[in-house]
Amino acid sequence: MNEEFDFEAYQASIHRAGRTMLSIGVFLLLAAPFMMAAITGSTIEWSAFFRAIVSVLIVYVPSCVVEYLIYVPLLGAGASYLTFMTGNITNLKLPCAFNSRELAKTEIGTPENEIVSTLSVATSSLVTMLVIFAGVLLLIPLTPVLQNPVIKPAFDNVLPALFGALGFQYFRKSIKVTVFPLSFMVLLCLLIPSMISKTSFLLIACGGIALALSFIFWKKGWIKEK
Amino acid sequence: MNYIQLANSLPMYLLVGAILLFIASICVVFMRKSYKAGLALGMDSKVLKGAITSSAAFTVLPSVSILLGVIALSGSLGVPAAWLRLSVVGNLQYEATVANIAAENMGTQLDSSVLTMNNLVTILMVMTAGIVWGCLLSIFTLKGYSSKLRLTAKKSGSKGGFAGFAMTGMMIGLCSTFVGSYIATAFVKANTTPLITLLVAGAAMALFDTLAKRTKAAWLENFSLSLSMLLGMAAAVLVNL
Repeated sequence: MNEEFDFEAYQASIHRAGRTMLSIGVFLLLAAPFMMAAITGSTIEWSAFFRAIVSVLIVYVPSCVVEYLIYVPLLGAGASYLTFMTGNITNLKLPCAFNSRELAKTEIGTPENEIVSTLSVATSSLVTMLVIFAGVLLLIPLTPVLQNPVIKPAFDNVLPALFGALGFQYFRKSIKVTVFPLSFMVLLCLLIPSMISKTSFLLIACGGIALALSFIFWKKGWIKEK
Repeated sequence: MNYIQLANSLPMYLLVGAILLFIASICVVFMRKSYKAGLALGMDSKVLKGAITSSAAFTVLPSVSILLGVIALSGSLGVPAAWLRLSVVGNLQYEATVANIAAENMGTQLDSSVLTMNNLVTILMVMTAGIVWGCLLSIFTLKGYSSKLRLTAKKSGSKGGFAGFAMTGMMIGLCSTFVGSYIATAFVKANTTPLITLLVAGAAMALFDTLAKRTKAAWLENFSLSLSMLLGMAAAVLVNL
């Protein structure tokens, strides 16, 4: 590491930019429905809004807080600002940042890791925006192709493909840690089939189990860095 | 103009385009800052460029899947609203669920033949207000939280202690959740496509990993995840022919 590089100053500038730009971004997102209402001469139905938002907040605020507490230490500051602004955390940004970290072979908590994660999430966010933008431009000619019944199963199975490849990468790092959360998830879904579609909630349970096991095994010296 | 014409009108596209341009500029600013910091830190530009290339390659296929979500939601909400919602915050699962909750609370459903513009702006307000909490937490607490975590205090090259295992553990938990649900789906719903897709993608990853190590081909490492996913998805098409 270059000793002259002031990482504290870099971090301060990331926080300054993150806070300022995210504040403007959130303001724009919240203002969008009002601007759309003004453009089209419509109004927001506030009574329906308040009825709906109560049930939405009860379900999603706790998971937002838990996600925030778990993912910030893993991603670092710069990547966290971008991740929470651009979304698709568990299905895209987190695996993407981890993949880059694996390839760059950086240690979590180091300046190098912080930089690689930020580059990774920024690139991923831009690519997603570009793909969607291109798709929106080509929406009419592209729709029949993407919804063609022959290739539709490919896009219905993006997540199994992603977690098959990622699973190979991570399960082999520690079979000992893998056995319990994986068995727990399979048994739970077999016994209570409705749990199959509750992955966003079960992720917290499985993540918690895997983290706790990792901590115990690490303390006992049963797992080593691969 | 009827509902769907208004929802797909040019001013709506321009408004959404302007907002997304600003969000994209945040990514560009952060990318520039971190790239320059990486060079100043003494990191090899190949590593930095590798992070960009691998992330871009990694993202293309999941982005096409998100695009399918835009197409799915655009039928009821119009293209600009679906484009906005799936380009920022949230994810398809959240957006579709919350749009449905909002529509139900207005006594309607996600169907362009019954929705009105009042319904659309209300649905968008609920979708946005329900998911901005991660952003708000970042704005107000990330600086304090990250300094508490001593992310900055760690010296480069020092051992990460439990942190490295914690990250691996979290990823094992994440993968177990999804892999477990696909294994159960094969038995409970007699739908083996996700499991076959998963196994083919995993086997392809193992193959590419071995090839990359034997041939020392760095480019293969960068693309192995995307190629494995592509092969897994191809398997999904084949088993459904």
